[in-house]
Amino acid sequence: MDFNFTEEQDMVRDGLSRLVREQYDWETRRKAIASGAGWRPEVWAQLAELGILGMPFSEADGGFGGGAVDAMVIMEEFGKGLVVEPFVPTVVCAGGFLKHGGTAAQKEEHIGGIVAGSAVFAFAYAEPKGRFDYADLETTAKKDGSGYVLNGHKAVVIGAPWASHLIVTARTGGERRDRSGVSVFVVAKDTAGITTRDYVTVDGRRAAEVYFENVSVGADALIGAEGEGLALIELVTDEAIAALCAEACGAMKVAHAMTVEYSRQRKQFGVPIGSFQVLQHRMVDMYTAYETAVSLTYLATMRLGSDERTRKQAVSAAKVGVGQSARLIGQEAVQIHGGNGVTDEYAIGHYFKRLTIFDSEFGNVDHHMKRHVALG
Amino acid sequence: MNLEFTPEEQAFRDEVRTFIAENHPKELGDFGMREDMTREEMVAWHKILGAKGWSVPAWPVEYGGTGWTPTQRYIWSEENARANTFMPLPFGVSMVGPVIYTFGNEEQKARHLPGIRSGEVWWCQGYSEPGAGSDLASLKTTAVRDGDHYVINGQKTWTTLAQHADWGFFLCRTDPTAKAQEGISFILIDMKTPGVEVKPIKLLDGGYEVNETWLTDVRVPVENLVGVENKGWTYAKFLLAHERSGIAGVARSKRGVEKLREIAANETAYGEPLIKDFDFAKKVSQLEIDLAALEITELRTLAGEQAGKGPGPESSILKIKGTEIQQRLTELTLEAVGTYGAPYYGSIANDTGTNEYAVGPDYAQHAAATYFNMRKTSIYGGSNEIQRNIITKMILGL
Repeated sequence: MDFNFTEEQDMVRDGLSRLVREQYDWETRRKAIASGAGWRPEVWAQLAELGILGMPFSEADGGFGGGAVDAMVIMEEFGKGLVVEPFVPTVVCAGGFLKHGGTAAQKEEHIGGIVAGSAVFAFAYAEPKGRFDYADLETTAKKDGSGYVLNGHKAVVIGAPWASHLIVTARTGGERRDRSGVSVFVVAKDTAGITTRDYVTVDGRRAAEVYFENVSVGADALIGAEGEGLALIELVTDEAIAALCAEACGAMKVAHAMTVEYSRQRKQFGVPIGSFQVLQHRMVDMYTAYETAVSLTYLATMRLGSDERTRKQAVSAAKVGVGQSARLIGQEAVQIHGGNGVTDEYAIGHYFKRLTIFDSEFGNVDHHMKRHVALG
Repeated sequence: MNLEFTPEEQAFRDEVRTFIAENHPKELGDFGMREDMTREEMVAWHKILGAKGWSVPAWPVEYGGTGWTPTQRYIWSEENARANTFMPLPFGVSMVGPVIYTFGNEEQKARHLPGIRSGEVWWCQGYSEPGAGSDLASLKTTAVRDGDHYVINGQKTWTTLAQHADWGFFLCRTDPTAKAQEGISFILIDMKTPGVEVKPIKLLDGGYEVNETWLTDVRVPVENLVGVENKGWTYAKFLLAHERSGIAGVARSKRGVEKLREIAANETAYGEPLIKDFDFAKKVSQLEIDLAALEITELRTLAGEQAGKGPGPESSILKIKGTEIQQRLTELTLEAVGTYGAPYYGSIANDTGTNEYAVGPDYAQHAAATYFNMRKTSIYGGSNEIQRNIITKMILGL
């Protein structure tokens, strides 16, 4: 047993921590998310330069041979600064599909671009009526010669306004919600027939509704075997969940620290409000919630390579536990900040908003509790 | 013991239901608080009620009250919630109005009560300061007597909807040497007076509902003092107790639960309507159970009031439970809409040229913003921690 990080992981953390501190300060972030672009491509380029975008890929694929723990370290730092740049959609999701299911040619074509920062991906899986069921698909991909024709509507595709490419899930066979018949495709966003409606999200990111109207793609767009994509989707989204849990841990850590600091500074009735035992104990509960969330995030991260059942149990446990902690910490942090907690000016409200939306990504607490129950 | 309304009360319910159906402006539609609501929209129903003589039911009849029993008033608010009307704002009707008719002089009553009743005059509340929130008595805004005027200096915050206000009621320190609670006065200020400056505060939901109000050498005639100089704290406490009794929002929450059920019937989870999902349905039921408990608790309080007992410290229970339920309701509504909780519909959209059209179902559009916004309810009106302190002291005697 070993809970230590490697020297390289410590270096990555320190480097990112410095980058977030020096170049992702609150005012800069505020301006960036309100700008037309909504993100900072120059930060993305820097992440490429630092090797962050290539971290989880093998050296054979042009990456730096890192693993899930490296992704966890990276995401925790992003969470601390509420970094909006699309690491999860691009590196964890698209990277994951390519790593686990891509052909040599697909890896060759796309991983280099991801590592260099020139290719940005979004993962178009959610649908208006699918909720958290990856197999509940109305989007179809019909065989057409050697290729496919895609039709459908994908909902709230995070990072799509910034993306050059999309990973899309679609039904190539079977009935709606069948486990079989689900396929995964990689397409350039500028392919004819793809339209998007871009918008801002409540937690300061960008997303889009993505519409596919008779979008023709070649056979080389298919990732993995036709109709057998669900297991691959479950694996990649489990990796994404572990990464998001690490992000939430980073955000919770800062939210908790900010709250404790505020309780030291803010005086009412002639004393710092942090001297009231009622608030002290609630901040202790927040701290406990944070520590247990970190533990579940470690568990999920280290079980990503285990057998399917063990992996799913650990990931669902983390999504439930971190989701519960995120709710408690977000709500209590705002409450203890009082009126200032509900303003746009104070950072704490923004942490609260990110921690709120976290729950709805890749299945909420209820969804993962059900999956945990079903696994016995 | 009997939970049923009497035949007279049922007849009353039918009467007000018909009145609302026939008179609530159709163009206002079915909405709660919308960010882009105009002042005219917000006072439309108030003005109609003013003309009918129903805008201030709780006031004594001599000042324009309806003389309804507490049960009738309960029915009235229930019927309004059912129709989702935009009720008269509390600042005039339930805050400064009762202070003026209880502690003000005849001139003040004649001057201010008609405008509050009719909805012509918009009031705001100048209580909190950046350094005086839960500890309101530590407020620093000063009013210094200069001939026939007070000269007022200071900064107020969280002045709700002061951007529309014609008048404000302010707590100011008139005796800096007295103990905290004893040197405060209750002063009415015309918001157009030179030196009054209102700056909007952007909230985490993106809206502008509250303000900072700066007072710089504001000259206010001494006749705007309500009651006795340095006794303002008594009036402020009186007002806060009044504010708390209406804060439970039972009728609105019941309407909200109905709407939540409609949303959950429309959303799909695992091939079925979400409301058929046991985990979700259980949470809705829990909310209904909590709401039923709150409703009967409020009715018990009302019955006590009918028997001549004023709202006491037990109104703090209504505030705590009422706001917890409002928050839980908006949280479950956000959960119900799933993925479509994430898109933002606020003003950043206009800055960036995106969000031109709404995406997702209509009912999802304000789910997140409303959830974020409602975090304020356990903070305002005396935070829920302060309410617990009140119960500790006044009821438990600790």
